[in-house]
Amino acid sequence: MNAVELKNITKRFARVVANNNVDLIVRRGEIHAVVGENGAGKTTLMRILYGMIKPDSGKIFINERAVNINDPSDAISLGLGMVHQHFMLIPVFTVTENVILGMEPTKGAYIDYKTAKEKVKEISTKYGLEIDPDLKIEQLPIGIQERVEILKLLYRGADILILDEPTAVLTPRETKELFKIMRSLKEQGKTIILITHKLDEVLEISDRVTVMRQGRSVGVLETEKTTKEEIAELMVGRPVLFEVQKGKANPGEIILELKNVCAGSQRRQSTLKDVSLTVRSGEIHGIAGVEGNGQTELVEVITGLRKIKSGEILFRGLSIANESPRKIFELGIAHVPEDRQKFGLVLDFTLYENLILGLHYRKPFSSACALNFRRIFKEAEDLIYNYDIRPRDYTLPARNLSGGNQQKLIMAREMNKHPQLLVASHPTRGVDIGGIEFIHKKLIEARDKGAGILLVSADLSELLSLCDRISVIYNGIIVGTFQPGELNEFQLGLLMTGGTQG
Amino acid sequence: MKEKLILHIIPPIIAVVASFVVGGIFIFAVGQSPFHIYGVMFSGALGSAYGWGQIIFKMTPLIFTGLAVAFAFRGGLFNIGAEGQLYIGAMLTTIAGYYLRSLPGVILVPLCVLAGFIGGALWASLPAILKARLGVHEVINTIMMNFIAYALISYFLVNHFSVPETVHTPEISTNAYLPRLSLIIPAFASSPANFSFLLALVALYLFWYIIFKTRLGYEIRAVGLNKDASRYAGISVPRITFLALSIAGGFAGLVGTNFVMGYKHYFEEGFSLGVGFMGIAVALLGQNHPAGILLASFLFGVLSHGGLVINTYIPKELVDILQAIVIIFMVVFDTVLRDLITAKRKRLARGDGVS
Amino acid sequence: MGLVKVVFSVSMLAQTIRISTPYVFAALGGVFSERGGVVNVALEGIMLQGAFCAVVGAYYTGNGWVGVLAAIIGGALMALIHGIVSIKYRTNQIISGIALNLLAVGLTKFFLKLIFQSSSNSSRIEGIPSIKLPLVSSIPIVNLFLEYPLILLALVSVILSQIVIFRTKFGLHLRAVGENPEAACTLGINVFRTRYLGVILSGVLAGLGGAWLTLDQHQFTDGISGGRGFIALAAMIFGRWNPTGASLACLLFGFADALQLQLQSIGTTIPTQFVQMIPYLVTMIALAGGIGRAIPPAADGVPYVKE
Repeated sequence: MNAVELKNITKRFARVVANNNVDLIVRRGEIHAVVGENGAGKTTLMRILYGMIKPDSGKIFINERAVNINDPSDAISLGLGMVHQHFMLIPVFTVTENVILGMEPTKGAYIDYKTAKEKVKEISTKYGLEIDPDLKIEQLPIGIQERVEILKLLYRGADILILDEPTAVLTPRETKELFKIMRSLKEQGKTIILITHKLDEVLEISDRVTVMRQGRSVGVLETEKTTKEEIAELMVGRPVLFEVQKGKANPGEIILELKNVCAGSQRRQSTLKDVSLTVRSGEIHGIAGVEGNGQTELVEVITGLRKIKSGEILFRGLSIANESPRKIFELGIAHVPEDRQKFGLVLDFTLYENLILGLHYRKPFSSACALNFRRIFKEAEDLIYNYDIRPRDYTLPARNLSGGNQQKLIMAREMNKHPQLLVASHPTRGVDIGGIEFIHKKLIEARDKGAGILLVSADLSELLSLCDRISVIYNGIIVGTFQPGELNEFQLGLLMTGGTQG
Repeated sequence: MKEKLILHIIPPIIAVVASFVVGGIFIFAVGQSPFHIYGVMFSGALGSAYGWGQIIFKMTPLIFTGLAVAFAFRGGLFNIGAEGQLYIGAMLTTIAGYYLRSLPGVILVPLCVLAGFIGGALWASLPAILKARLGVHEVINTIMMNFIAYALISYFLVNHFSVPETVHTPEISTNAYLPRLSLIIPAFASSPANFSFLLALVALYLFWYIIFKTRLGYEIRAVGLNKDASRYAGISVPRITFLALSIAGGFAGLVGTNFVMGYKHYFEEGFSLGVGFMGIAVALLGQNHPAGILLASFLFGVLSHGGLVINTYIPKELVDILQAIVIIFMVVFDTVLRDLITAKRKRLARGDGVS
Repeated sequence: MGLVKVVFSVSMLAQTIRISTPYVFAALGGVFSERGGVVNVALEGIMLQGAFCAVVGAYYTGNGWVGVLAAIIGGALMALIHGIVSIKYRTNQIISGIALNLLAVGLTKFFLKLIFQSSSNSSRIEGIPSIKLPLVSSIPIVNLFLEYPLILLALVSVILSQIVIFRTKFGLHLRAVGENPEAACTLGINVFRTRYLGVILSGVLAGLGGAWLTLDQHQFTDGISGGRGFIALAAMIFGRWNPTGASLACLLFGFADALQLQLQSIGTTIPTQFVQMIPYLVTMIALAGGIGRAIPPAADGVPYVKE
């Protein structure tokens, strides 16, 4: 029988149709993968199933009965459980507290922690999810935190488990252990829906696959009978992304050098532990890695936003470690931050105000203490034109711009600083295809003019097509530096998740 | 653009109207007729030149404290310490006016004004440093400074500086006087309105200029709107935090020019109770913008004087209640309006949305 | 030195406990509100409001306990307004709190004039009768709790608060909602309802703090709260949002207050006004000194937006 059936599910968000008449059938006791690229609509679909979002239209059947799921508690009572991409755990609570939250065993007026701990121990042993119930979440590595999320579901008697990108932040070893747990759960009769974009995993663990593309379901395949290529073709379904036209690089001298840099307080996956790295002028040096392995900290120590514990950072021979952001900018380093709305823009400022952010305090935009608005407006007009930022009105608040245009705004501002080193963190995240091509073009242009670019990105194909050298960061260390031709996507992916090459 | 205008003008207007309605309920509950009371209030306040003079006299301090709160708000800070800042500033103005009596008016007057500004700024600078360097929230600290200011001034007054048997200082030198407005507008004779009002108008202009036209103002606004992005852009958040709150205190310190330099010519204990807090309402209602602050302080000046007029019928504290309710309605309607606009935007997008 | 003897005397301890009582009530209120994620700077105003309601209740019925009930209701209502404005309308919680403080000042002054025809103080009211227990009533310090039942209530409140927050379902939900409301929501917890409960509880407790003030002094004076609500907030922060910790911090601030009263009465060379400043200075120093390690609930002050 079918554990879950979604029929004709449609959901719009403003201009975007996230789910367009989607059908999904999951049989009882199977591991069913739902795959698609970023933005294909997988997470939206699952959130509808779990009652976090209401669909505009469509029906849901659980165990072949029509149901209305208005909020997560409805879903939970129907036997559904969801582990979200971003963990819904409370760091300062213990494992036990997180597991029982919302369904606490009580003795009179008090929570019966003794029974709770026993229950947690019982479930964790039964399903092979060994864990110490008294530890606080903030003390646990991510792989173990995932177990707590699964424990939560099992504690509530979930029969149908939805896992949204569960391996996104796991090491290969942790992933193997997760799969072991999933098989064990399947043996015990549970149904699992796995959302992922990692095709290797789909082939390894799932029974059937539903492929989504741009809000639609475009195919359902038996895993045994299909191949990675077939799934990929269904996922992509359009001409391959424009191959970046670039000439050969002419790297010059070393302009940035990190030597044995250690930074970050606690012993975490992302703490920098002895990082050494160089960037030359006229080259694009990419940093590949799974989010949370130290990329953010790396960018922060270079741009003056974080102090280092030991080591050296040299820019053109000058030590820049622990300098202020303004000093670092004045030396010739520009920064495109990874979260444009939080760190890159003042959303309520106008376009022209954002375009001079960081440059505002000196000539020609400022004289004595007053701002020189004529000059600022002119500059804004030029930049908006050159970078094709729409709408073209520089008096609009930046909030009104689309993600892609906001990103172009930031690129325009930073490139306008004519930096010798540009640190770009996920510059094309959440940007549409046209915007991505444009940003790539500008990066190549800057490189050809002699700038050195440090490019942090989670998009392997972007790194492989743009960069002249790629370093892989894992667990706060650079585990290797290569030229694009030396490794393919899969080998790089392996390095990124802690495996060894070849 | 139109959206921005709507968001800035409608909530204050609705808030004022709504609070008058609620005030009317209070009046009714106490057995009076709201129409009668409001009628007396407004005609008494606005119906004579004397009334207008009183309004101007009462709104002048509100402009200063409104600016004091707004300037800090622009930097993302809550200045609840205007009460103490104005008190210290006014005392410094008095000290300058009394001890430097030999200086000619042309020098003494600006000096006294400056003393007031410095007093207020200094008083705000301690909470400012604690916030900038240690991250201690300025709400509690500025309030503590209010209490400390009262105690400090009280001590100074009682033990060193008062005229015996009174709670005020001796008079400042005539060289430090600010002339009455009746000098240029004869109709205002008999009201205490004085040139301090003109100073307030200058202060409004200065606020506008600094915040919107200078580098400092740009950085203050940036920090107030997005601390993180400001930091990433090289702006020194601690420095701006310190400056924003200190300068804000300076604005408050100018209140003394109205009472001390332009009216009684001495510092009297408790001469300005509540003005600092009313400044919060003025700043919020005025949307932290000089034009709004001018209008809001006018409104509260009318209410303040009108309150005295109706005091025989109903306690003048009704005005304090109105002022608090105005703030509440303001922020509530702001959210309501924003939600309406967002919902409209979503509906429109869906209407012409193409898959 | 005479001063040292005075400071470490039993009567000083008794004074400290008495004076700390309103701080404790208000600080506990702050804990409940902020553990749920709602910043409440209106504690001062709610206290003032509660103080006045207590007087009105006691005045019209001649019974102090009715006054207490009135304070609880008055405090809860005012806190409810804060809750609606902050939770439902997602406004800046500090602005809402400040507005309510101003409202309380206006309301109390208004009704003080209306009901008692005075701008400074109300008529005298009955307090709360003490509990008489033959033997226990002569033990120093312990008899304090019997002589002033509200102090006993304060102690009970501390213990109950500690239990409720850390050992009951509601407490777990409250803390969850203050740390990560989204996570709590995915587990079926009603974030809004939980927050409202926390805020209303803070109103009840702060109102009780006000009731103590007027029932102890047997009248309401204009501005009787005197900044205690803000000092209670400082105590809450200093006590790491923990009922017991906050109460101990309140004892510290109460001690400062008691000290200044003692110094004033025995007469020292330090001028009274400087002595009066002591509680406020101590608060500022405590905040500046202890701040490095004070981490509020993660979602404190952030309005929760349901998708």
